[in-house]
Amino acid sequence: MKKICLTVVGLYCLLLHAFSQVSRKDSVAKDSSGYHSRKLKLEEVNLVSSYYTQNGDHSAIRGGIGSEHVTDLANGLELKFIGYDALGRKNTLAAGLGIDQHTAASQAWISKTGASRRTDGTRIYPSLDWTRENEKKGSSISAGLYYSNEFNYHSIGVNAGITKKVGSNGELGLKLSTYQDRVTMILPSEFEPAGAYSIGNNGDLKHPNYGSSPRQTYTAAFSYSQIINTRLQASFLVDLVEQHGYLGLPFHRVYFTDGTDSIEKLPSQRFKVPIGLRLNYFLGDNIILRGYYRFYIDNWGVRSHTASLEVPVKITPFFSISPFYRYYVQTAANYFAPYGQHLQTDGYYTSNYALASFSSSYFGAGIRLAPPKGIISKLRTLELRYGHYTQTTDLVSDVISLNLGFK
Amino acid sequence: MQKNQLAIGFFSLILLAGIASCTPVKEYQKNRLNDSEMSLSNRKVEKNELNFQSYREASSGANGGKTGGGCGCN
Repeated sequence: MKKICLTVVGLYCLLLHAFSQVSRKDSVAKDSSGYHSRKLKLEEVNLVSSYYTQNGDHSAIRGGIGSEHVTDLANGLELKFIGYDALGRKNTLAAGLGIDQHTAASQAWISKTGASRRTDGTRIYPSLDWTRENEKKGSSISAGLYYSNEFNYHSIGVNAGITKKVGSNGELGLKLSTYQDRVTMILPSEFEPAGAYSIGNNGDLKHPNYGSSPRQTYTAAFSYSQIINTRLQASFLVDLVEQHGYLGLPFHRVYFTDGTDSIEKLPSQRFKVPIGLRLNYFLGDNIILRGYYRFYIDNWGVRSHTASLEVPVKITPFFSISPFYRYYVQTAANYFAPYGQHLQTDGYYTSNYALASFSSSYFGAGIRLAPPKGIISKLRTLELRYGHYTQTTDLVSDVISLNLGFK
Repeated sequence: MQKNQLAIGFFSLILLAGIASCTPVKEYQKNRLNDSEMSLSNRKVEKNELNFQSYREASSGANGGKTGGGCGCN
């Protein structure tokens, strides 16, 4: 944990140093109206840090009972480079790196007796996104790469997208993406052959070879955004998502009515269709209404509605306070039942409460500070946001996030 | 199934009403629309909130964020 905090402080110092020297030549080259090409130049840096904590009593590792206490410290850095080619097209390259450090009380129960003392983990996820924007034609193309690695999960993502301005102030977009993942097959200790598990001196579960299973996700994301008048704009979003492979997690237990247990078993295919509508309205001179609604359906029997409203109030043109509220409700997946309620004869079974029937509320507030001359040195924007989340399954969580933007 | 059709009908109606009521907006009239708070995408500071919601709930997507990959969460 200390190492991560020091790394973040180090990155902050590095950023101040990186921005501390801007040559006059670079400043002059900023004007691209004459279609002079300009090499990629570091334009913006964002540092996002979040601390998340949750408590609940329906751990999937213990079949729907036991502590769900989790903490997660996430730090992300994004560098944005912008340049122009000889045809006046704007090229944006965004390089990101995220590091999460988490603890999860339920991890101890991968061992039947709760003997595993290793309840923490680290996830590292670099990303690279490139966009070429042709302002004359009103179109853009983009491509991206993503990688995520943690002890029990590896993910590689690739995406490509296109946008095109249409009609009067409208824009159509299509983004295709795929994630090729591998789930490490860490089984609860009672399902491992005798002697396969042993507890090391540092509390780690020792295992000769876990093996892994693939999981693939394919997404086509369609979007249409439209300026409706001088105060109102909207976007309409539809995703078609197809998943294949091992879609459960191998250390999630299920307890049957007869008291025996097994590993959760879910279908190897899932098709999801989320449809979203976003409406932003500038009310008067100081208040903005940011509304969002999503309808979601999939072939596992889950249907959900999400509605949220955020109301940024501009105290000054460069300082705003944004209270928000989000309501969410979902039906249970066909394969969900609580602890001890599945039958041995069920084809598929899980006691993961993310697939249960519940509703949730999420509320909080954020502040945004972005004076035109910056806050301190190269620090141009500061956003701080806190939210409190409650589920009717008794899961409660809090998250606080900070975004520092440098230019 | 009727509920799904109702939802799709609702979206179509909103979309058609929105497009039909559009008025031409010139570049110099976009000062409010160009305000950073009016952005139609999620803010960077919201990124980790969207992550935890997609792990604790069965739904995700249609918000410009990720729809898969990247977590073997407990």
